[in-house]
This record gives sequence, C-alpha cells and structure tokens, in this order.
Amino acid sequence: MRSVNALGSLGAVSLITGALALGFVTTLAQAQESAVQHGEQVYEYWCAPCHNPGPGHPGTQSLEFRYSGTEIPAVLVERTDLTPELVKTFVRQGVLSMAPFRKTEITDDELDALASYLADR
Amino acid sequence: MALPHGVSETDFTNALARFRAAVGDEWVFSSDEDVALYRDAYSIYWGEPEERVASAAVAPETVEEVQAVVRAANELRIPLYPISTGRNLAYGGSAPVHSGSVVLDLKRLNRVLEIDERNAWALVEPGVSYFDLYNHIQERGLDLWIDPPDPGWGSVIGNALDGGGGWTAYPFRDHFGAHCGMEVVLGDGDIVRTGMGAAPGTKTWQENKWGYGPWVDGLFRQGNMGVVTKMGFWLMPRPEAYISGTARVANDEGAVGLIDTLNLLENQQMVNGSTQLNSGGAGGFGSPGWSLDVPIYGPANVIREQLAYARSKFEQIDGCTFTESELIMTQGPGQEAPPGVRLVNFGVPNLSTFSLLGRSPFQPNPAGGHIGFSPILPRRGEDLVRFRDWYRANEAEASGGEDLGIIGPVFMTNWERSLVGLIMFPVAKDPEYNRRVRAAFERWVELARVEGWVEYRAPTVYQDLVAKTYSYNNHALTRMHEKIKDAVDPNGIIAAGRYGVWPKHLRDV
Repeated sequence: MRSVNALGSLGAVSLITGALALGFVTTLAQAQESAVQHGEQVYEYWCAPCHNPGPGHPGTQSLEFRYSGTEIPAVLVERTDLTPELVKTFVRQGVLSMAPFRKTEITDDELDALASYLADR
Repeated sequence: MALPHGVSETDFTNALARFRAAVGDEWVFSSDEDVALYRDAYSIYWGEPEERVASAAVAPETVEEVQAVVRAANELRIPLYPISTGRNLAYGGSAPVHSGSVVLDLKRLNRVLEIDERNAWALVEPGVSYFDLYNHIQERGLDLWIDPPDPGWGSVIGNALDGGGGWTAYPFRDHFGAHCGMEVVLGDGDIVRTGMGAAPGTKTWQENKWGYGPWVDGLFRQGNMGVVTKMGFWLMPRPEAYISGTARVANDEGAVGLIDTLNLLENQQMVNGSTQLNSGGAGGFGSPGWSLDVPIYGPANVIREQLAYARSKFEQIDGCTFTESELIMTQGPGQEAPPGVRLVNFGVPNLSTFSLLGRSPFQPNPAGGHIGFSPILPRRGEDLVRFRDWYRANEAEASGGEDLGIIGPVFMTNWERSLVGLIMFPVAKDPEYNRRVRAAFERWVELARVEGWVEYRAPTVYQDLVAKTYSYNNHALTRMHEKIKDAVDPNGIIAAGRYGVWPKHLRDV
C-alpha cells in the first residue's frame, strides 16, 4: 500500500517547481526504498524460515504441492501475483498449520512494509 | 468480547484504561479483530462454545510495565494469562486456559540481557525466541551453542516453563533443567528473584541454581504462581565434534538389552546426544526388531573412544549389530552447519518440523493442526514392547477410524531415565471431525491411566483431564498446588486453570 500511495503523491508534486519537486521525489523514492528494505527485513525474520527456497522450508514445500501443474512459483519472493491485501490476509488469518501473527510480532506498520515488499515485484 | 467470569463491565473498562495508562494505547488490544489474533489456531474446539478465548490482550515492554498491569489486574480482579512468544502451538498457542482472561503478551520483552561466554550462560526475557538467542550469539562470534526445540520461533523461557526439550546434548536439552535463576512478578506486583538472585550483589545468579533455603523455581514450571520476566540458562560450549552409531536388534527380546544398554551408557554419561529409537531392525521401518541411534558430542578423539565403548556394550546383546557413522566436526561461530545434518542437532533453530503438517503427496489435504498425548513410560524394553502391543490392541476401538489419521506410537528417548510414547492427533477447523478426535484423545488418556502411563505436558483444554490422572492420595498434589496458589496469588489472577491449578473462586465454576 505504501508504494501505491507514494506513486499517487508523485502526480501531485508535478505542479511544484523543478528543484523542489526533484528533492521531494528523491525523498519519496528513498522512503519507498526504505519501506521495501523494511519489508525485506520483516520477511527475512518472520517468513523466510518457512518460505525460502530449498529443502527444510515447509511453506515452500506445501505451496509446491498446492501449485503443482501451474506456473505459480512456490517461493513467495518469486511470485508476481501477490497483492498487499492478500499478504495481509494470510498474515493476520493464517492458513493450515501457519498460525496468524499478532501485532506484537508483526505490527501494522511492519505488515504494510512486508506487503509492499512481497507485492511490489 | 467475552467478559471475564465474575467481572463487571465497569471494572473491565477501568482495567483496560489502567492497562492503557501503563503500556500505551497501542499495546492494549480489545477489538474483536485484534483479540482474534490470540485464538489458538490448533484448538480442538475451534469455533465451538468451549473454545478458550481471550477478552483482550495487553503487551508491556518492561518489567515495570508488567508490574503496573499486574497491580491493576489484582485490584480489579481481572484474570491475566501470560504468554511469551505465543507460539506454543499444539499446547494452546496464545489463548488462555480460562476463557475471558486478558492475555498478558510478553513478546515485547525481547532482550538478551547478558551472555557470559567464559562460564556459558545467558539471561533472557520471555519474548526472546530461539532464533533471537541464536542470532545474538552468532552476531557476537561467541563459541556457544543453544539447544533449540523443533520450532525455532518458540520462547526460550516459555518452552522451558511448559516442559519442552530440544535435540542436542544432555543436560542442555532438558530446558527447564538447564535453567539457572529466575525473576518473577507475583500476583500483587511484587518482584522475586530466585536462587542466588535473592542476594543483592552476588554476581552468581546464573551460576548456582539452588541459593539458600527452599527452592521454589519448580512452582513456576507448568505453574501459575507468577509472571516470569527473566530466566538464566546454561548453554553448551560448542562441542568439537559429533559422532553417532546405530544399534539394531532383530526381535522384541533384543529390545530388553537394547534399552538396558542405552540406560547404562547414558547414566555413565558415555552417550550424551538425543538418541532416537525406531521400530524396525536391520530390515528398516516395519521390519521385526528395533534400532537405536546413539549420538555423542565432544572432542573428536574422546568421542571416538566413547562410541567404541558403546559399540562394545551393544555387541554384548545377542544378535545385536552396530554400525558407526562418520565423525563430523561442528561449525564454529558464524559458520553454516555441516551439510546434510539435522540442524537442531547442531544447535541451529529452524521451522522444518512444520513440513509434517503441510501439504504433500502423502497429505494433500492436511488437517492443519495437531495435538499429542505423550505418556511417560519406564525405560525398559519390556515396557516398550508392552506399550506398542497395548496401542495395537486398542487402536481400532480407541482411535475412531483410520480416516481421523491418528498416528502412534512414536517413542522418544530424549528425556533422561524415562521413555515417552507419543500418539499424534490431527486437529482441523471442522467441529464434527474435532469432536471425534476429542473422543479418541480422551479415550487414550483413560486407557493409559489404567496402565499407569500418564502425560507430562498437555494442551490447555486437556490440562484438567491430565491433572486428574495424578490422583495419588485423593489428588493430594493438586490440593497442595491449590493451597500454594491461594497463598501466593490470593485473588487468583495469574493464569487461572493452567495445568489444572485453579484459584479458589473458580474451582467449582
């Protein structure tokens, strides 16, 4: 969601004079990059132990079976079809043996960042 | 929102306001959406009236905030249910035993407070997971190992307090046994430090377990006498190497010598790794007989000799064969574990165990959750065979049909001096399926009780049922627990019902 908001703001700044707009765009780009980096950190801490590639990752194993015969990859970071809403639904509602994550584990801000990271690929 | 039993709406609202004042608005959760995150995802009563659910949750960040929350709860008689990382899946997750309790979520107390590499111990808070402690050690390049259980996201403190164990060497894999000193906030908000921690300035809180006078730490294991906010743990200095061998016998008669020899070698401390007992001898799983893996940790030259000694003992058993695996040098700080090893045996936390619960060709539509019944058995070959035969004899009647997918028996030898016979029960989100699983679980508990086999740990909904099997002298132990509970937590606000210990105002409800 954060990246979508940031892009929406870019349209608004086009009316602002060049130098100021350039600085603003740079700041927004940095913020966007920072959000993605933050999302990657959240992913690495909470999701990677189950969803990274290779043996020993039960989320990947389960999704391999779920999507066998399709072109959908089992590894989350290889997916291009994830939306922020879908990521948030799975994190907060869980699925099968994956229990939901509480807000003391993944805060709403961290979830926004994670959703941006996984959806913006 | 379900109000706690006997608590007025006014008092509950006042309590939430006090909690917000103590920890900040952001860390008190009372909306249905937020409280739902504290449901037990593996509840055998999922979606049924008996499901154990919270009324709210509060998440302090410091011990002082814990005290403030506990004091407010004590004044207003609000039941609190402390959780650490809340990942105690299959044993209740982050949901309370007593519905309507406010979950005291300690995940934000997530600091590794101190690590002493020279004498190999750590002092941690409840929100520290095995991943966190492992990462902390790796980042500092310390030559220490942790002992992870199967799921690495569990709390080091929570796992120890619930009676959990891991997969490296004894005594470290008995997590409560490996602890040394704790800090506890009592029901009135007072703070106690146990062992040497009770004496200011000693610097030995994590170096001597016993301190002086009656030792009380056991009251907090599977207990509800207070909120544990710090615990020390003895860590294993990284062993130089790992070696293992496998002893196989061809029939049930051989199991007697196999287990007696295992006991001798463990009790002599010749074998210190987490041994693995499997049904099936030289012909593999399902063949007649038994096999036993005996891993050993230590200096390379020493453990080669220990394995040779173990081999000599096993080969004295009629018909026993013994094979040795290659010695493996362990990984140093910051290094990857050797390829192909089971990571938890090498002190590396991970979540691979959940593969057993996910989708696979063998399990295209998994139930999702599970619970277990794990009675403690005598460490003798005769009892091993007796339990297996008892399971087979009762399976058709007790397990409720093959479609439920109940699995047993699996034997575990990871506890010192005793055996565990494990029966696994899948848990789904389907009330009718879960009703049948409950009937099976309760039947197995009763059948085992008659044989003298009782559980060491239980999911929250079955903690009363299992507590009742510890019934010597008209339940004298439970009655004593209740007397202590009434004295230490007179308003009964901490973890009501945990492991069958209820405060007096809820005992007959």
